[in-house]
Amino acid sequence: MGDILYTMLQDAISPLTAAYVIAAIGLNIHFGFTGLLNMGQAGFMLMGAYGFAISTVEGAPLWLAVLIALGAVTVFALLLGVPTLKLRGDYLAIVTISAAEIVRFVGRNSLLTEVTGGSGGIPGNDYRSSFTDLSPFGDGRTQIGPFDYLNSNWWLHLVAWAVVFACLGLVALLVRSPWGRLLRGVREDEDAMRSLGKNVYAVKMQALVLGGLFGAVGGIIYVLPSSVQPDGMGRQLTFFIWTALLLGGAAAIFGPLLGSILFFAARALVQTGADTFVPSSIMSSAQTEQFAWIVVGIALMLLVIFRPQGVIGNKRELRFNA
Amino acid sequence: MPEQTDLGQEPQSGAEAAASPTGPDRAHVDTAAVEANPLADPTERKRLMGTVDTTPGVAKPDAVLKVDNVRRDFGGITAVNVDHLEVQRGIITALIGPNGAGKTTFFNLITGFDKPSSGRDAKWSFDGRSLGRTNASAVAKAGMVRTFQLTKSLSRMTVMDNMLLGAPQQPGERLALSLLRPLWSKREGEIRGKAEELLARFKLLEKKDDYAGSLSGGQRKLLEMARALMSDPRMIMLDEPMAGVNPALTQSLLGHIQTLRDEGTTVLFVEHDMHMVRHISDWVVVMAEGKVVAEGPADTVMADKAVIDAYLGAHHDTDLGDDALLEDDSVVAELEAEAEAAEAAEKEKEGQR
Repeated sequence: MGDILYTMLQDAISPLTAAYVIAAIGLNIHFGFTGLLNMGQAGFMLMGAYGFAISTVEGAPLWLAVLIALGAVTVFALLLGVPTLKLRGDYLAIVTISAAEIVRFVGRNSLLTEVTGGSGGIPGNDYRSSFTDLSPFGDGRTQIGPFDYLNSNWWLHLVAWAVVFACLGLVALLVRSPWGRLLRGVREDEDAMRSLGKNVYAVKMQALVLGGLFGAVGGIIYVLPSSVQPDGMGRQLTFFIWTALLLGGAAAIFGPLLGSILFFAARALVQTGADTFVPSSIMSSAQTEQFAWIVVGIALMLLVIFRPQGVIGNKRELRFNA
Repeated sequence: MPEQTDLGQEPQSGAEAAASPTGPDRAHVDTAAVEANPLADPTERKRLMGTVDTTPGVAKPDAVLKVDNVRRDFGGITAVNVDHLEVQRGIITALIGPNGAGKTTFFNLITGFDKPSSGRDAKWSFDGRSLGRTNASAVAKAGMVRTFQLTKSLSRMTVMDNMLLGAPQQPGERLALSLLRPLWSKREGEIRGKAEELLARFKLLEKKDDYAGSLSGGQRKLLEMARALMSDPRMIMLDEPMAGVNPALTQSLLGHIQTLRDEGTTVLFVEHDMHMVRHISDWVVVMAEGKVVAEGPADTVMADKAVIDAYLGAHHDTDLGDDALLEDDSVVAELEAEAEAAEAAEKEKEGQR
């Protein structure tokens, strides 16, 4: 039992979870507040990760590498938005899902092995040092509670969650402002907004770029503990982020935070639980992982059917389906 | 016309009722308003519009909206083909015509929600400013705000948020400034006060924190109109403001529209309810098959037998309570057929929802 709890906690506070939270915050701006169907958030993350990793490998300092990553994602979002945001919402979904795949396929193209590392990706050690060098904690290990990590790992945990809370604060300010009201107005009815003299296209573009930028930050944090693996940031990642967002509650500021933590903790619970209690003659450990994902899929379906507002979403806000 | 007496009484304020006890000619006179705006006086409006010819496309003394060569084709069908139309400033103009006459399409065209097929030949100007080839939000910013036949309330937002979205010039709507509350809190306070005022006028104030989706159909109509007024438009275009609104609410909506006119706003509205058209409009434009076929004061246009028969239906003012009619079998059969057709249309409408 202790093992299960330990794994759940470990997953809940890992930087990977933090990366999910940030990417889901971006998706929440797209979908929850503006109603944009972005089915390629992983593409924004991968784009940010590439921008950061490649520029660091080329010698850029940390701040510049982050700026380059954000710049690359801004251009990417504008390219996607210009042709699609004047059309009906479904087209954005189609374009984003394919654009995310394009980024992934271009990244793993063997012709670009020099730059992107091809399908092997970029190993974390090539770009991580500029971040770990900033750590004030020095070398060695520290034990806090049940967790005994390298100091550099604690540094990553600290920064990742600090960024999460900064992003949450930023979004809270944004969506409670008149600009946030514009977003929700666009989500509800674009023609009504036009009849009130609002520039719907510009608002959607701003939302697409801003949500994409959160995706880029999430992508950078996602690859910091491991490596840039294009195949690890495909459609699957997008759908996990969607699950996390819907689980927590779309259009709720803290929905992405709660959803991502629950998502990882529940998955760890199912997997380690199955590992511990189901004899390996029935389910091997490779199978328990698959099993955990199946449970995630079923959970997503049940969620959308029975509790569309998520755990903390506003039920009143989702009741009226015009 | 005896059926107008019930509509002739103003429901809203005591002052109005006192000013006009009876009479088919709505006397919506508010002396304070008349001082500020001469057109708030019905005799003045009558005098002004009496000088205008009743030919389609006639020039108006002070036109706020001028439309030229607006045509819209859908495949082989010409839905709208208006050569010339002017809308007089400061009065209520009704746009009527049978179903499919192109009224809503015409609305969509001049408010930028649709593009004319006549391309560069199509010209229209609002208050001297050309509005051809502009988008819907630019039209609204220019001061011409519309409502929709099927109300577009923002369901999953509160009534108050709906209202606040109607206000123009909000610095907080710029992304860069939205994070800095002190830069927009003053304007926010202003528009909130204004929204409360309007909501109180439209009897929606106690609903301000409810989601718009929880309002009834009629309340949504009121909300949409109130929201359009947040920008102080110089001209408001109402697309069937009375459709689906119960009679009591109709009375208060009529009052609101007249108040608007008395405050100097130009009103153009599409409506099927002939009582209402006769009751509040100062000028009526009749459209049929995409063209403007008649114009004039309500009485003149409605007295035109051809217009009535061709565009309003021969029985539009038949009193269904008149027993004498029951003796004439052909009339009864005809009325029954009409009622059935209307019912079927209603059902179809509901099915689509």
